[in-house]
Amino acid sequence: MTTYLVPLVLIGGLISAGVYLLLERNLTRMLLGLLLIGNAVNLLILTVGGQSGNPPIRGRTSNGETTTADPLAQGMILTAIVISMGIAAFVLALTYRSYRLTTEEEVTDDPEDTRVSQLSGKEASALDEDRPHPEPARDTDLPDELDALPGLEGSR
Amino acid sequence: MSTAAVLTPLPVLIPLAGAALTLFAGRRPRLQRVITLAALCVVVVVCAALLYLTDRDGTLALHVGGWGQTVSGMGPLGITLVVDRLSALMLVVSSIVLLAVVFYAIGQGIRDGDERQPVSIFLPTYLVLSAGVCTAFLAGDLFNLFVGFEVLLSASFVLLTIGASKDRVRAGIAYVMVSMVSSLVFLFGIALVYAATGTLNMAELAVRLDGVAAGTRTALFAVLLVAFGIKAAVFPLSTWLPDSYPTAPAPVTAVFAGLLTKVGVYAIIRAHTLLFPSGGLDRLLLVAALLTMLVGILGAIAQSDIKRLLSFTLVSHIGYMVFGIALSSQLGMSGAIYYVAHHIVVQTTLFLVVGLIERQAGASTMQRLGGLAAASPLLAFLFVVPALNLGGIPPFSGFIGKVALLEAGAQNDSALAWVLVGGGVVTSLLTLYVVTRVWTKAFWRSREDAPEGHLSGAAPSALLDEPDDIQFVDRDHVGRMPIGMVLPTGALIAVGLTLTVMAGPIFGYADRAADEVLDRGQYITAVLGSAE
Repeated sequence: MTTYLVPLVLIGGLISAGVYLLLERNLTRMLLGLLLIGNAVNLLILTVGGQSGNPPIRGRTSNGETTTADPLAQGMILTAIVISMGIAAFVLALTYRSYRLTTEEEVTDDPEDTRVSQLSGKEASALDEDRPHPEPARDTDLPDELDALPGLEGSR
Repeated sequence: MSTAAVLTPLPVLIPLAGAALTLFAGRRPRLQRVITLAALCVVVVVCAALLYLTDRDGTLALHVGGWGQTVSGMGPLGITLVVDRLSALMLVVSSIVLLAVVFYAIGQGIRDGDERQPVSIFLPTYLVLSAGVCTAFLAGDLFNLFVGFEVLLSASFVLLTIGASKDRVRAGIAYVMVSMVSSLVFLFGIALVYAATGTLNMAELAVRLDGVAAGTRTALFAVLLVAFGIKAAVFPLSTWLPDSYPTAPAPVTAVFAGLLTKVGVYAIIRAHTLLFPSGGLDRLLLVAALLTMLVGILGAIAQSDIKRLLSFTLVSHIGYMVFGIALSSQLGMSGAIYYVAHHIVVQTTLFLVVGLIERQAGASTMQRLGGLAAASPLLAFLFVVPALNLGGIPPFSGFIGKVALLEAGAQNDSALAWVLVGGGVVTSLLTLYVVTRVWTKAFWRSREDAPEGHLSGAAPSALLDEPDDIQFVDRDHVGRMPIGMVLPTGALIAVGLTLTVMAGPIFGYADRAADEVLDRGQYITAVLGSAE
């Protein structure tokens, strides 16, 4: 069996372009990346399904070839195409919705994630919900409290 | 046709038919609910019957449409559905969880008024999700497994972004992208497997992959493992989960947490035992399991939102299952199977309880919660039982599963296995610490001590919620917990306790399931006939 280089190089190229696009934060580009990878995988299935030129119907010959072409590969590609079309439509709808809500179409960080990761040491223990709320002692009758202006007791 | 042949496709067919019917009944919410509940009740019964039949007769295979072995020497041409003890157990546990959660969602919806929504898509989508989960458990070939994944993922996209509020769209986008990448990796793996063997039927693959060079086999396994690892949230591939799950409505999060990751774990079990039994990547899996456990639970410690905290414990406990699988021993496998069943139930229950907390107290973050034990002893009870179960306190099923896994690790006796045993114990203790922290903050201290205790969400809401903050005292009294929400939560706790009380028979069943899974001959014979 001979292997043709062109489809394999094409698959490699499509996947690298797809991965590059997926690493963006812009949603449209990410979707394009997904579609490119999807096409690359479909092409891969087609390539592994056997050589080209075989007759699609059992018992026929086409151009001198007698082995029946593999219909399963085509079936799988068809299924995969339908699925990725549906998902692409959904992602586009989500993108539009995201644009309507935030006027941007970028993947943003999880705010809660950011909040938690920014907590460090002291803040984390301040978050800790059981910190007692120390009520400043208002009138301890200590000498400096007695000297304090009204309303500013406990300022120590 | 035998009973088994009639029953096998039903867990897929009934929810799909139900989904179609509920869509037609879109304007009649009550009819929709009746159809959904009826469909899922029937599925539970069918799955229980399948469990009984497989335990009695061994692996059942059904060639859909009669497209079985038509040419000798060739595998089945059509789609094959296979039920063995493992998939039957998964089906039963999942169908029970699906039923309980939809009951809860309906109870919440009726009480908090989701009838204002113009077209109710929640229930149809939920049924499609159920069908997808069942397809994945029944699939006898890789491509059908892929389709099952896609069905459940598409449904989960809709459920996760339901209402399309800002937070949900943000979480949904990340989730959709990650899931799609995992699907594409899976499809890529399928193409490679097909190139190497010329078939996708799992039984036939099991036979043919033995003839493939060891290096190629490991590479194929690695590709599939990445795909399944993303779905199951195994450590380096798990970061998407805690970001996306918590924003969804409580019942949706509950069912995702219980089932979707376990479908990934199930796929890993299948691939590891049936397709690639040589254990070429076991060390890698063990390390991944250790990191999943530790990183997950350390993440949980840092969280203050209970939903996010539970999402991290979910990731962490996936590590236990991967640990059991990677040991490649009979005890490890049965421990993993038991643990999957336990974890589906307990994790779902906890998320349902958080839904109740959110509804009653108007918040799910510990910065705002307090005094719940005094306010509602029933809620405290509902929380504390599954929480202790998750933490692995002795009488509960979490303890039994963990003991089995640790014993299997000790039996393995390699240095790495002992490290994992240590990691498992530490993770268990930290889980206990985490749930105790929730308990002391949310249930024991008074609400005034919480830094933001005076604030609360505006209203209890079912599926649509806009986070508006109001003063806690100004909040409308939400009343008692609706019976429709408490009952399913209680029922799931009862299921969790059954796993403890009936631990003997159930663990025996898990043992037999592990035997069956590890002995590939039964599966291959059931699908291909004795010709093999």
